[in-house]
Amino acid sequence: MNKENAVGTAEVTRPTLPQTRTVTLTVNGTKHQLQLAPWTSVLDALREYLHLTGTKKGCDHGQCGACTILLDGKRINSCLTLAVMQEGKEITTVEGLAKDGELHPVQQAFIEHDAFQCGYCTPGQICSVIGLVNEGKAKTLEDIKDLMSGNICRCGAYANIVQVAQEALERRTGL
Amino acid sequence: MRPFTFTQVQDVDTAVQEVSAEGAKFIAGGTNLLDLMKIDVMSPSHLVDITKIALNTIEETEEGGLRLGALVTNADTAYHELVESRYPLLSHAILAGATAQLRNMATNGGNLLQRTRCYYFYDTQTPCNKREPGSGCSAIKGYNRDLAILGTSEHCIATHPSDMCVALAALEATVRVKGPQGERTIPFAEFHRLPGDTPHLDSNLQPDEIITAIDLPAQGFAQHYTYLKLRDRASYAFALVSVAAALDLEGSTIKKARIALGGVAHKPWRVPEAEAFLQGKEVTTENFRRVAEAYLLGAKGYGDNTFKVELAKRAIVRALEQATKMEPTS
Repeated sequence: MNKENAVGTAEVTRPTLPQTRTVTLTVNGTKHQLQLAPWTSVLDALREYLHLTGTKKGCDHGQCGACTILLDGKRINSCLTLAVMQEGKEITTVEGLAKDGELHPVQQAFIEHDAFQCGYCTPGQICSVIGLVNEGKAKTLEDIKDLMSGNICRCGAYANIVQVAQEALERRTGL
Repeated sequence: MRPFTFTQVQDVDTAVQEVSAEGAKFIAGGTNLLDLMKIDVMSPSHLVDITKIALNTIEETEEGGLRLGALVTNADTAYHELVESRYPLLSHAILAGATAQLRNMATNGGNLLQRTRCYYFYDTQTPCNKREPGSGCSAIKGYNRDLAILGTSEHCIATHPSDMCVALAALEATVRVKGPQGERTIPFAEFHRLPGDTPHLDSNLQPDEIITAIDLPAQGFAQHYTYLKLRDRASYAFALVSVAAALDLEGSTIKKARIALGGVAHKPWRVPEAEAFLQGKEVTTENFRRVAEAYLLGAKGYGDNTFKVELAKRAIVRALEQATKMEPTS
């Protein structure tokens, strides 16, 4: 630890802010070098530094799931993870799902099943459904409801979101 | 979030060295720590990223048990073949907590060290002896529906929020830790503390120690077990009361019984003397009710949470009945 950069919680003297560092993040298959403070969440790195605003900030506390991304194919809350800790991992956001101008099957299914109203939770829901398929643990309707409980939809489009998840599981439309 | 410095370590010894600095904390999954840092309940000045340390495996032990690496995620632990087949109680308990997203990040070591969800601990505008020793407890005379009824003190009625730990208590796991003085093991029952007059201390882990693994003994109670979690909604809610029940049966006679309660105390609650009462007894509702009464001896409600005393008793009876009938789920 560089003592010169140490910051105490005492507010007697103005602390020197720790330096930013170069962080290499692989997002949707592309490597990006960013200058980030250590407290930058993956969510903030995506939105504020890479301008990938598809991933949404809802509660910023891991309760709503709007910030759900895939990290090495597994769904996580990007608001509760530091960007500096995710070098070398494959980050997939909603922007990285469509291929060659074709929507990902789960994206298409959200349209076909009318599985959203305002759309704010949708990118997180889509990534979460893909994570659900990748995990391969949901067997029943109850499983789907339980394993999708990390994504809140305040419009209440749950019934249709569950239909999307059922279809995705049947077709195994993961990453 | 307050600014902090950050370093990444590759091995346990360096981790222990780094964390001994004033204001330093480990970070792994980060799901609880970052949450608390964002609202200024915790404000470490230095974070030590331990996720690159090789503590991410699940291995069989010479004693016939299982060693769960501290950095294996909760999801990978719950879905591990040997955990599912030999310690299904643990799988069920883990999957009863949090969400898929959180379980994919949260680690086993971190699960043990998660902080209480007492509202007043989170609210920096109110006194809380756990957050700010000596400031007082807002919960005792405040809104305390979720809070403890057993082992409380006049200084704190917080509960430990983990589901995983309730199963680990019932299974009599052992926590392996390492500090500057070397390695030591802590029986699970002695890992977490009661609040007493030091509610700011959640566990007996020292500030410069790191959890390296959790050892499960050979007996996994894979036949007769239940993790019963009672809560306000069916998923993604903390327990009002939870019960990890495990029985070793010979016909309808109990050879061994293990019961641990969650959501009722500052630590997973066990009463070994009460468990012992069941030894050699028949699996009857009457015997289960007697154990339940013994488990809640000395329980104290604080108003909003008084209903939990009877709820816990009924939950124990139901969990034991379900374990007998091999109905593991809530």
